[in-house]
Amino acid sequence: MDARTISDAEARWARAGLALSVLAVNPTGLGGLWLRARSGPARDRFLAALDALPLPLRKIHPGISDTQLYGGLDLSATLGGGKVVNTAGILTNPCAIVLTMAERCPAGLAARLATALDQGTHTLIALDEGADSEEVAPPSLTEPLGLFVTLDDIPLSALSTELIDAGAIATVRQRLPQVTCPDALRDDLVTIAATLGVSSLRAPLLALAAARTIAALFGEDVVQPDHIRLAAELVFAHRATAFPDAAEAQEAETPPPPPEDAQTDGGDTESDQDQSLPQEILLEAVQAALPPDVLAALAAGRATRARSGAAGSGATKRGNRRGRPLPSRPGRLDGQSRIDLVATLRAAAPWQPMRRKAAPQGHSLHIRAEDIRVRRFEERSDRLLVFAVDASGSAAMARLAEAKGAVELLLAEAYARRDHVALVAFRGTAAELLLPPTRSLVQTKRRLAALPGGGGTPLAAGLETAMDIARRGRDHGMTPTLVVLTDGRANIALDGSADRRAAGDDAQRLARLCAGEGVPGLVIDTSVRPQPALATLAQTMDAPYLAMPRADAHRLSAAVSDRLDA
Amino acid sequence: MTQPFPFSAIVGQDEMKQAMILTAIDPGIGGVLVFGDRGTGKSTAVRALAALLPEITAVQGCPVNSAKLEDCPEWAGIGSKRVVKRPTPVIDLPLGVTEDRVVGALDIERALTRGEKAFEPGLLARANRGYLYIDEVNLLEDHIVDLLLDVAQSGENVVEREGLSIRHPARFVLVGSGNPEEGELRPQLLDRFGLSVEVASPTDISQRIEVIRRRDAYENDTAAFLKRWRAADTKLRKKILAAKEALPSLETPEQTLIDCAELCIALGSDGLRGELTLLRAARAVAAFEGATEVTRAHLRKIAPSALRHRLRRDPLDESGSTTRVSRAMGELFGTFLTAAE
Repeated sequence: MDARTISDAEARWARAGLALSVLAVNPTGLGGLWLRARSGPARDRFLAALDALPLPLRKIHPGISDTQLYGGLDLSATLGGGKVVNTAGILTNPCAIVLTMAERCPAGLAARLATALDQGTHTLIALDEGADSEEVAPPSLTEPLGLFVTLDDIPLSALSTELIDAGAIATVRQRLPQVTCPDALRDDLVTIAATLGVSSLRAPLLALAAARTIAALFGEDVVQPDHIRLAAELVFAHRATAFPDAAEAQEAETPPPPPEDAQTDGGDTESDQDQSLPQEILLEAVQAALPPDVLAALAAGRATRARSGAAGSGATKRGNRRGRPLPSRPGRLDGQSRIDLVATLRAAAPWQPMRRKAAPQGHSLHIRAEDIRVRRFEERSDRLLVFAVDASGSAAMARLAEAKGAVELLLAEAYARRDHVALVAFRGTAAELLLPPTRSLVQTKRRLAALPGGGGTPLAAGLETAMDIARRGRDHGMTPTLVVLTDGRANIALDGSADRRAAGDDAQRLARLCAGEGVPGLVIDTSVRPQPALATLAQTMDAPYLAMPRADAHRLSAAVSDRLDA
Repeated sequence: MTQPFPFSAIVGQDEMKQAMILTAIDPGIGGVLVFGDRGTGKSTAVRALAALLPEITAVQGCPVNSAKLEDCPEWAGIGSKRVVKRPTPVIDLPLGVTEDRVVGALDIERALTRGEKAFEPGLLARANRGYLYIDEVNLLEDHIVDLLLDVAQSGENVVEREGLSIRHPARFVLVGSGNPEEGELRPQLLDRFGLSVEVASPTDISQRIEVIRRRDAYENDTAAFLKRWRAADTKLRKKILAAKEALPSLETPEQTLIDCAELCIALGSDGLRGELTLLRAARAVAAFEGATEVTRAHLRKIAPSALRHRLRRDPLDESGSTTRVSRAMGELFGTFLTAAE
């Protein structure tokens, strides 16, 4: 490790300390903090320093029930005291909520927490331990959180400095209401947010609050350009979707920035604002605030994560055996469902005096059939359709367009069928995940707007990526199905070499793997003359083979539907 | 949450503001659905609306805000005839809500302490004659959604449970908001909303600066900011009240009815609800603008909001539903306003 990376790490540790101090001074104004770090000494030190917050810390986990969040009837006290006693939920009193395993937070919980944050009495520290770009806390949860801290790769030697001066926080908090921000600097924050492709207007507001707090921390009454720079680093760096100057470096990882009028006319206004910061300095500072790999992971996570929490109508299966707890409902014990004892007692409690009067010599506790409450859980067992589409050769564009049409048609029917759809395109020497598993038509349209085509046929690579998606889908409790759409023989091997024989062997091997994993599949041959090699492949995959020359979107989706319903 | 942000001070988002004002003029339009990303001011607008709405008169102590004593439900046991003014109720329906809290349930306190069977009204009772706001409506539990659909349809809440048999009026304007990327809404629920709007953060830099400027001023000195905008809000409130009064006497020419029907047929929207809502909303637009009859110009203004969520989904049509509505209008009514309008 050379000197530069060490000083980098120290700077990042110092920045983490600044973020924590800002949060400690102004916990409700900043909304909260998103900590993305695996467990380790740096994370431990950071968590220990959370005691400096002026609010009591309450730890919660993604599977928390609504009763714990919002409070509910305290059964024993109610029965004992003969009057209604409610327990306080975590959201009842102001506190700092520490959400562990934030990367597994379901959309429903994220929405509940975001609503609570809107009231301005709570602050949330989301501990995101996501291992790769697949695992990122949901955007609806992280959007209202002002600050972002990443602690990975900070060596022990950098941790020597104290993270936060806990004693000074109280005095700084008293100074905060007097701090003012010059209009020009405030407008700078809005402009830079737009330039960075941060579309939410909450971000500049949070950055403004951060700038004020930083000014207070430095003992100033007026926000200085330096404070704006630090605030932009803390609040905008992880939200940025576009870096105008470094567009080429990021192009491979991030989707193209949305057309932003602001980028073009941002420079004109600068000349008449003498106190204003040059845009380039701010841009550079924000860009340098986070390591490029973190940024890339966040960008990839943004793209994939939108699907994950789709707990909307019909997205998840409600069983009563396992999964996230839902409110219990009246029901009967049929040998399969589990009784919710507390809810049952709660339902029976009000009737006890009356029932005792009716049957004085009976039991001390009267529970009737109508009191029975049954547990319900939310369980994800949606279907996942993985399309592996051949994007090679001349017919690529047409085939991709039809595959895209079929994906969208299938999604349109997904209401009734709880299907998620993913699309892998393979061409040239590798396969690419064009559409991560999703059931959002909106997202699909955007992601599939531009489709690349041409080149060789790396069938094996396509199968490999598709299998990977299918396996991951299964880990999330989905039931994957593989649909391969191609018109030719494999001619690129897994290692990227143009060797027909090796390519064929690789494809066969992966097909065997599919069959071994028990992933149901379907091979659709779209060439004019059916290829015997594909029929063999289908046989190895243990999947039906369909020859559909010039297949269009409607026929494709019909064929896939038939296969699914079989 | 002390004083909400003033409605008139919301920058841009004209379509959303228009839709909300129209439901205040004619609650029969049937609710607003606001779809858009987080941080676009959806919740702010709803809270602001609550402060803008004119007061209603209601019998004191009535759990369902009845205007007259004879409308009060029997079970409430209201004795006093006093009528008081109270703000139009805007009730939040939180995501984690239980069925008991929505429809109302047995009053456990009274059952336990006095052994009496009494009804404790739920959120639906409190929302009567007002608004019911659901943030993240697409994440709401299915059984709560079903329940809401039924009540929104009938305007009456019927509770048959725990030995209670209670009914009370529950007429409210449903306001839902959500982010379409987190899951879509079932068509049955979509159809129940009269108007739907899509919101996005403004892309114009000066507008964005103005948003932050006003928000900043509001947070720094709430009292002064509210004072500065009070006149604008009062003017808007008066305009809403005047439009409400003018609504019944508004004339609907035959040609407007034909236009409505033609537009809905051209778009292939399901059922007659689209046509009815379009007409009602256009009437409210006309009343708000102080016109004496409903014309094509009013239809044109409100058609995207009234129809965009009722189109049958055609995933192969690249253009969004908003474009489809305006395209149909262009084909039927001509692209430019004619002199007659």
